[in-house]
Amino acid sequence: MLPDELKEKPDAAALEARLPDAITDGHAEHGESTLFISPSRIVEACRFLKDEQKFVRLSGITAVDWHPADPRFEVVYLLHSLEKNTRLRLKCRVSESQCEIDSVTGLWRGANWYEREVFDMFGIKFRNHPDLRRILMPNDWEGNPLRRDYPVHGHKYTYQNE
Amino acid sequence: MRETILHTDTISAEDAEKTGFQTPPGNGRRMTLNMGPQHPSTHGVLRVVLELDGETIIKAVPDIGFLHTGIEKECEVKTWQQVVTLTDRVDYLANLSNNLVYALAVEKLIGDIEIPPKAQWLRVMMAELSRLNSHLVWLGTHALDIGAMSVFFYCFREREDILRILEMFSGQRMMTSYIRIGGVALEPPRGWQQAVGKFIGTFPSKVDEYEELLDTNPIWTRRTKGVGIAPLETLLDLGVTGPMIRAAGMKWDIRKSEPYSSYEKFDFDVPTRTENDVFARYRVRLTEMRQSARIITQALQGMPEGAWQADAPKIVLPEREKMKTQMEALIYHFKIVTEGFRVPAGEAFQVVESPRGEIGYYVVSDGTSKPHRVFMRTPSFGNLQALPALLEGRLLADSIAALGSMDFVLGDTDR
Repeated sequence: MLPDELKEKPDAAALEARLPDAITDGHAEHGESTLFISPSRIVEACRFLKDEQKFVRLSGITAVDWHPADPRFEVVYLLHSLEKNTRLRLKCRVSESQCEIDSVTGLWRGANWYEREVFDMFGIKFRNHPDLRRILMPNDWEGNPLRRDYPVHGHKYTYQNE
Repeated sequence: MRETILHTDTISAEDAEKTGFQTPPGNGRRMTLNMGPQHPSTHGVLRVVLELDGETIIKAVPDIGFLHTGIEKECEVKTWQQVVTLTDRVDYLANLSNNLVYALAVEKLIGDIEIPPKAQWLRVMMAELSRLNSHLVWLGTHALDIGAMSVFFYCFREREDILRILEMFSGQRMMTSYIRIGGVALEPPRGWQQAVGKFIGTFPSKVDEYEELLDTNPIWTRRTKGVGIAPLETLLDLGVTGPMIRAAGMKWDIRKSEPYSSYEKFDFDVPTRTENDVFARYRVRLTEMRQSARIITQALQGMPEGAWQADAPKIVLPEREKMKTQMEALIYHFKIVTEGFRVPAGEAFQVVESPRGEIGYYVVSDGTSKPHRVFMRTPSFGNLQALPALLEGRLLADSIAALGSMDFVLGDTDR
């Protein structure tokens, strides 16, 4: 359901008209629109926004951990339309037990590294990603550093080659 | 036997697995070459694994993360104001742009805070000085990579002047932390107009000098023209921003399209080129230096009078003098320093145009005195994804020119 405050936004209204059950919630804060998308529909929603609503750029993908809430994670997509000079934020709630979501690398090739970063830092898997590996941390690193229950200091670490 | 001799495989099987690099099957002509992470031309700790056919690059796989310092994680345990010092360290050449975008994002979340005009103009002036600093370092090192050594000395001569000005304002040459939530850190020092005026009065003639050294230099032009080309659509698709996009013919600058900190009051042009090669990127950045000089001149001449910090005692640290005479000031100072101020729950995404492109900070607050999440969408991370597109199918010697033209900072990439 699209909330009333977003009904006047043409992109949000168009998405609601095309994919009525994709939008689960949304809000407008500080002049920025956020839409909550049902995780199974994220690729469809992005494809519509990119192809028909001119959101040519994907500025970035990140996640927010709301531990211990359930669903725990929010995957955040920062979309940008150069032609309309607007930005739109899409969010998908992902639970810890089913920690995966479809990849949007098929739409924007630039999503590749951002999804790898989210995988590395939060442990969220992206289905159909061409090359899902850690990007910033070493390959044999245990844990996902940006999870809220991962300690900032004093974690266990070993030097492999000593 | 013959094949194993001809096939010089310079990376171990373990390394190949780590980088996801597939060693080409026993073809004697192919060679795998490891570049970096200590190679001086990679401008930091970037590692690229190249697959070569003779001198032609067949495949390039960038490997990043050597400079990962966990700044985003560190933000979780710092108060809102303390994070400002971390944003400096993301990109050592555009620290003021990073300060600015963070301050703007948090101010957006706070809502009822009004930044006085003088602070806004000071922010613009400092951000442009750091743009000049960044472009000068880029031009000097990029020219050095290609073999023009004297440009390096010229650029660093002017950069030194900028660093002196930054030191004058903030007490620090590089990690300035000058732009704070609610304004700027300190009142501009006595005599700053003369210092900035003297620098900016002569700077355009210095840009002429760089131009004279490079534009007519046959080696420079032959090594940069027609090198490092990728179509505009590919660049946009891969998330490239900033001068690289403008050199590909797209007139997009966040200072114009989504103006912040009163950039709309300044008169400047957005330079574009259409050739989309290394030379075009050099021309775009050189013209941007002239435009930044214009902005700084306007800021210098029209600097408004008044306060340099917002009137928000719960957020901005009180003046030292007031703390000695006013009880409230002392209490607020104690509160801000010990537990920090609270920011209403919510989220904000703010973008600014850094020397390298779009910096976006996505800041989430849960209503406490520490940020819940700070995501830094850094331009170097986005731009570096386009590296294979620029290198593949080209000559190995051109890779240095193409790499340099991207102007990435590895600290900015790995955070």
